[in-house]
Amino acid sequence: MNMQAKTQRTAAEQGLMDAFSALVSDLPGDATVTAKRDRLMADFGTTGLPSRRVESWHYTDLRTLLRAVPDHLPGETAAELDPILAGSEVLPLLGGGYVEPREIEGLTVGSFRDALMNGAATESLGALRDDDAIGRINGAFVMGGYTLALAPDAAPEKIVELQSVQNGGQAHGRFRVEAGSGSRATIIERHAGGETAGLTSSVTEIDVAEGADLVFIIVQERGLEDTHLAQLRARLAKDASLKLFVLNMGGKLVRQEVDVMVEGEGAHFDLRAINLLAGQSHTDLTLTLGHVVPHTTSQEIVRNVVLDRARGAFQGQIRVSREAQKTDAQMACNSLLLSDDGEFDAKPELEIFADDVICAHGATVIDLDPVHLFYLAARGVPEKIARALLIRGFVEELLDELDDEALTDALKARVEGWLDAHV
Amino acid sequence: MLEIKNLHARIAESGTEIIRGLNLTVKAGEVAAIMGPNGSGKSTLSYILAGREDYEVTEGDILYNGESILELEPSERAAKGIFLAFQYPVEIPGVATMQFLKVAINEQRKARGQEELKTPDFMRLVKEKAGELKIDPEMLKRPLNVGFSGGEKKRAEILQMKLLEPQLCVLDETDSGLDIDALKIVSDGVNALRSPDRAIVVITHYQRLLEHIVPDSVHVLYKGQVIRSGDKDLAAELEANGYADIIDAAA
Repeated sequence: MNMQAKTQRTAAEQGLMDAFSALVSDLPGDATVTAKRDRLMADFGTTGLPSRRVESWHYTDLRTLLRAVPDHLPGETAAELDPILAGSEVLPLLGGGYVEPREIEGLTVGSFRDALMNGAATESLGALRDDDAIGRINGAFVMGGYTLALAPDAAPEKIVELQSVQNGGQAHGRFRVEAGSGSRATIIERHAGGETAGLTSSVTEIDVAEGADLVFIIVQERGLEDTHLAQLRARLAKDASLKLFVLNMGGKLVRQEVDVMVEGEGAHFDLRAINLLAGQSHTDLTLTLGHVVPHTTSQEIVRNVVLDRARGAFQGQIRVSREAQKTDAQMACNSLLLSDDGEFDAKPELEIFADDVICAHGATVIDLDPVHLFYLAARGVPEKIARALLIRGFVEELLDELDDEALTDALKARVEGWLDAHV
Repeated sequence: MLEIKNLHARIAESGTEIIRGLNLTVKAGEVAAIMGPNGSGKSTLSYILAGREDYEVTEGDILYNGESILELEPSERAAKGIFLAFQYPVEIPGVATMQFLKVAINEQRKARGQEELKTPDFMRLVKEKAGELKIDPEMLKRPLNVGFSGGEKKRAEILQMKLLEPQLCVLDETDSGLDIDALKIVSDGVNALRSPDRAIVVITHYQRLLEHIVPDSVHVLYKGQVIRSGDKDLAAELEANGYADIIDAAA
């Protein structure tokens, strides 16, 4: 009797393979890129979508959760949106399509298609690890995106908003940001969706050169039926600083991976994440952070609000290598669980091989504090409004850390919009 | 304005009785001081007036303007004009003081069927009242009470009182943690609120505050009852002789 060597392909796995066959001749890139895409898809054919048996996907069984994939073509493409902060420089990526290169104040904006054609993107198309399903899918399918290069010491006055808008269908985009030495900038990566179920993958590669200071804000507001698989890869050089904000407030099935390598002495990485979960959505934030040289610091604060039957997970892995003495790494994950049917799993993981470091992590799951509610009530604030005020405070506290008051207010307005609609 | 009749109350969770047949009447325009040793039920009384659900009234009634308030939610009591200045004002991270003040004022106005204050009017009002209490406007941008010094917290309480213009003010140990300058500012703030249609209940352990806020009546609370009432001279007597004599006389 023959043993079946492999479990059967799921509808979603088959759908992705069919989509690739249909698309491959139209996907941009030179011959090496095409060969790489083929190899990634062949790997995908072998590994399939990760199930909970793969450790890093334990809380997000993609194989089970992703039941089907929508049609491979970008659906009815949505239009460019007003930026989150009025006056920002908007770089739209509509339906994963082609974008025009352009120049804005200290910033060279290119099309990722060109990077695929001229060999600049080839190397990074691979998967980071065996279990890197997002890198694999995006590498195989990537259709377009932007490359941004900040000149050394440049400090563009305006905020740049990368805007990925997709209504239905599939889109696979990629952004590359190179912050030259001594440059300073604030960049928003925004993902918006529509009402039709769509599948998007998005990979962002960030290089922060010596002494550069980058604020990067991911605002994920995909539609209620959307699947969004995203990954951010960042490397920090000497004395570089990356402050990463992640706001997840949309999508049905969302995984945002953050993979950061702190490679230069004196570098600092900050993560502030707000996950707002409602309905039957599933949102996963997975961080892998490596401190590989001495004298580097990082601080991560994740705040989650869970309503209805929503589920969420945060995996935070910090690795401190043997050489990385004097590392200071702090991680906290606080969840406000406001529904008996909701769930949030937090999995901090420290792997420390150096002996002279400060590393700490903590996770809490709480309900609103009755003492806070009483104080507000004693001032005439009815319970429903008091609850909303406290929930807002719980997450918006993190946004106060942005130096730009107008931007803080604009982001708070989006959080409040979500809370008004869901709480 | 306030009539407390044979009030009995206990801690809801443990059932321990704290207030044991308390009677007290405070008229409009009156400043009443409630004094008593530690554990006599002073703070419990203030929480019960504000409606904290950790306490359960088992007997008696509290009438405010002739109506029982026992069935009212804390926010409804506040909207009707009852204000408790907390002994330990609560720190609320993430909620800016200004934002909190605006919500509180407008929720009370809504509950009373008044129009909400427009932002410029609100800003002007806060600026004026904060100035009177020597509160730095920068402090109001910070999260409510977070990182405030003891004196700043108490001044913030009085600012709220001035903005909300309650009819019945209950001040729970407002003097604790205040240095002499802050005590003066806070007392001036309270004295400015004295008016014929407002009653103020000052709960305090020491006579010190009553030198600045001179009461019309003084009531000694012991084991959950008012055991003696008098005028302001009673406070001076307590300061000189302590509580023991009065407690012995009542026993």
